[in-house]
Amino acid sequence: MSAAATTQTGARPARAGRRPSVPSWVGTVPFLAYVAVFLLWPTGIVVVDSFKNPAGGWAFANITRLGDPLVRGYFIGSFKLCVLSSLFGAVLGAILAYAIASGDPDGPMRRLYLAVSGVLAQFGGVTLAFAFLVLIGPVGLLFHAGWFYSFPWGITVIYTYFQIPLMVLVFLPAIDGVKIQWREASENLGASAWQYWRYVGGPLLMPAFLGGLLLLFANALSAFATIVAWENQIAYIVPQQISTAMTSEVGLSNVNVADLLALGMVIMVAIVMTGYALLQRRAARWLR
Amino acid sequence: MTAAPVTRTARAAVEVRLEGLSRHYGAVVALDHLDLTLEPGELIALLGPSGCGKTTTLRLLAGLEDADTGRITVAGKDITGVSAAKRDMGMVFQAYSLFPHMTVRQNVAFGLRLRKVGTAERDQRALEMLELVGLAVQADRYPHQLSGGQQQRVALARALAIEPQVLLLDEPLSALDAKVRAQLRDEIRRIQLEVGITTLFVTHDQEEALAIADRVGVMRDGRLEQLAPPTEVYSRPATSFVAEFVGLSNRLAGEVTGGEVTVRGVTLPLVERDVPGGQVVALVRPEAVTLASDAAAESGPLTGTVIAVTFLGATSRVTVDLGDTTVLAQLPTSDAAALSAGSRVTLAIRRDPVLVSAASDPAALAAEAGL
Amino acid sequence: MAAVTSVGETPAPAAASRPRGMHAGRRRRLNAFRYVVFTVFGLFFLLPLLAMVRFSFEGAKLGTWSGAAWKQIASYQGEGVPPLLSSIEITLELAVITSVVMLVLLVPTMIWVRLRVQWLARTMEFLSLLPLTIPAIVLVVGLGPIYNRIQHYSLSALMLFWIYVVLALPYAYRALAAGLGAIDVTTLSEAARSLGASWFTVMVRVIAPNMRQAILNALLLTFALVLGEFTIAFLLLYNNLQVELYSISRNTPNAGVVFSTSSAALAFAFILLLILSYAGRRRRGRG
Repeated sequence: MSAAATTQTGARPARAGRRPSVPSWVGTVPFLAYVAVFLLWPTGIVVVDSFKNPAGGWAFANITRLGDPLVRGYFIGSFKLCVLSSLFGAVLGAILAYAIASGDPDGPMRRLYLAVSGVLAQFGGVTLAFAFLVLIGPVGLLFHAGWFYSFPWGITVIYTYFQIPLMVLVFLPAIDGVKIQWREASENLGASAWQYWRYVGGPLLMPAFLGGLLLLFANALSAFATIVAWENQIAYIVPQQISTAMTSEVGLSNVNVADLLALGMVIMVAIVMTGYALLQRRAARWLR
Repeated sequence: MTAAPVTRTARAAVEVRLEGLSRHYGAVVALDHLDLTLEPGELIALLGPSGCGKTTTLRLLAGLEDADTGRITVAGKDITGVSAAKRDMGMVFQAYSLFPHMTVRQNVAFGLRLRKVGTAERDQRALEMLELVGLAVQADRYPHQLSGGQQQRVALARALAIEPQVLLLDEPLSALDAKVRAQLRDEIRRIQLEVGITTLFVTHDQEEALAIADRVGVMRDGRLEQLAPPTEVYSRPATSFVAEFVGLSNRLAGEVTGGEVTVRGVTLPLVERDVPGGQVVALVRPEAVTLASDAAAESGPLTGTVIAVTFLGATSRVTVDLGDTTVLAQLPTSDAAALSAGSRVTLAIRRDPVLVSAASDPAALAAEAGL
Repeated sequence: MAAVTSVGETPAPAAASRPRGMHAGRRRRLNAFRYVVFTVFGLFFLLPLLAMVRFSFEGAKLGTWSGAAWKQIASYQGEGVPPLLSSIEITLELAVITSVVMLVLLVPTMIWVRLRVQWLARTMEFLSLLPLTIPAIVLVVGLGPIYNRIQHYSLSALMLFWIYVVLALPYAYRALAAGLGAIDVTTLSEAARSLGASWFTVMVRVIAPNMRQAILNALLLTFALVLGEFTIAFLLLYNNLQVELYSISRNTPNAGVVFSTSSAALAFAFILLLILSYAGRRRRGRG
């Protein structure tokens, strides 16, 4: 069989006389451009603007406003809420994810709870606040719980409500990635259920769990809608503060300080996302 | 291979007895009252197509699943109700069983750690095991850095580190390359003999089973068709399923008279003595078919035309059209060298005992052929 | 590894085609655990929703029943806001536009990255997750000036889709990545190319049909997101469904129509996702 007679598959033209090819990454330009314009650029603007004064000049002193006790109070309040709801959401979400993953992959429970998670992770906003108002609020159908109104408890419960589904969506693939052979092998080697989780299952899932926790934390930071509808103790959440700053209803009506607060949040998020990326690398290697 | 393998004075080998084991999943019967005894120190290979129950047997023995009925006895003790973690057996899985977040050494030492063995002794023992399988150098690497064959060796070391009473291997070589498979297979056998441990080896590859087992158990539909040393399973198959599953067979029409069968003019002894006379189908091995001394004769029941010659290395397989049927002959390549498609040949059949089945019942034939 | 599961996707089946059994005791404990978990979480999720539904049937006096809130949906007109129905309409249209743009943007890019530019995969994953974590506020503050300019031209709220696509990225990306991961993209595309297919054909007629489930997933998650989005629309002074509901609630507290609409929106999204998880399922051959 003569080699010259065989043509290369792929229907490419012969090597000689080919025009210079465009590098393949060009195909990703639409996506990258879109993200750059509608995500990275606005973020960049905020970061840069936070160091400017209303007249347009540079004002790095703005950053000292972050130390302002009022501002600090807002950040701390926001922080508390986010940490609490993320912890609850992560742990409870992990438990629910495990319950889903350990059942029939094709079964009704899995489908049901995945659909529930898909929907509830998105409806964290106004609707949810309403629902809780009706359930436990002034005309509460279930009961009237006084503690619910004290920050941060009521709002934490509401946050947890949509943190759990998000954790399920994020953590479930990791649990699916745990191979059944690991469980059987450790059983065979003499491990009890507790020992399996302590030495094998736990360590393997920890990066994914922490990653989910971080993601939840970042998500809580940026959740704002719920606060507006809750109509109580709202001043203690940074996003709300930014909103008032922008609409200059009350308090700081300096647009650049709104930027600053936004910057503070971006920094928190950046730290979180870096941690997440590092954890993901480890988890992906083990649970591919 | 590295340093001289270290042999531990393992405990005395034990007898394993499976009695009347049954297991079904819904309507599917996976095991049907299986009886199997493993002599101390013996390696039994369970061989069969997928779904035959061989893996189920292994998992029941390991305690990873419960039998519906039956009893399992190890060294005289009934362990049927004992949980997997307490059964003191070492198991090697087909793939993926090494813990990815632990180094090779940590993997091997894991069972010892669970048994509260001290760190120094643990590490030393793990290293010994790794030397046994020839991987001491890789002790501090992670599983994903090893090849498939190396991973399975680590799995073997891990299983043996706890000095189990029984070794279980669930198709350990199926996921590996052909060359690695052959190498590792011999090594597993060597180590098993050295340690002297009673072993159950499950595979669907007959070559593997024949190569390493003391006895081979051919299974089908949850039952043992035959349990015998490899040579016997091959040359004296108990049923036509075994004959067809292990090695290749030619199905040739013949007639039984007086305790022998006549196939195409050649009289052959029978595997079973008391077969009623009449028309039968005889199963003849390709390697029993050779070239007659006057190979290019013009006519005769064993004369025909070559359809194809398949070169397999040391041997060649020749497909011959005898007019009313096709026969497969396996010849040393030197003999087949002169043949090509279209050559006229005369074959001869060696007088090995053959298995026959009644020709008059097409349904039975079809059933036996597994259709 | 996909970091978010999509509705309706099932994990790859275990190697053995026959069911893998489990120790009886362990199975019992596991089932008990699952039973408890599903019940507790089910209740937790259900109660607020039930309260909302119950309230939507509340009549003029507490304790009475009335379907008025539901009937009102079509005709409700709050003070100083456009009719409820128009905001529902706009939101649904937004959902469709966002979904389409998202698909057109993501699917070809992801297939392309998978096939030819693998080194960008990590970056793409990271970028896609970013919107989850960057506060909507920041986007608003950053994009505010642009949207001010747009409003100058009184373009409708449909302009929100530009941002919504970004918001939907994390969920859509994960859903599509899971679908891509389940098929052998390289082999399929090489086979198609060797038969003479153009890249367009490969993507649209070879790969995408095999990702049907994942695409449906991404679509529906996007839908759910748009239906539930409040913050950005609110801050940019647009009137989508959630903003409208909020306005109504501020001006007319206990307006039953708020609850009936919310319930309807939730139910709609939920039923859609359930249908999806059954519709997209590939017909499995024997075992």
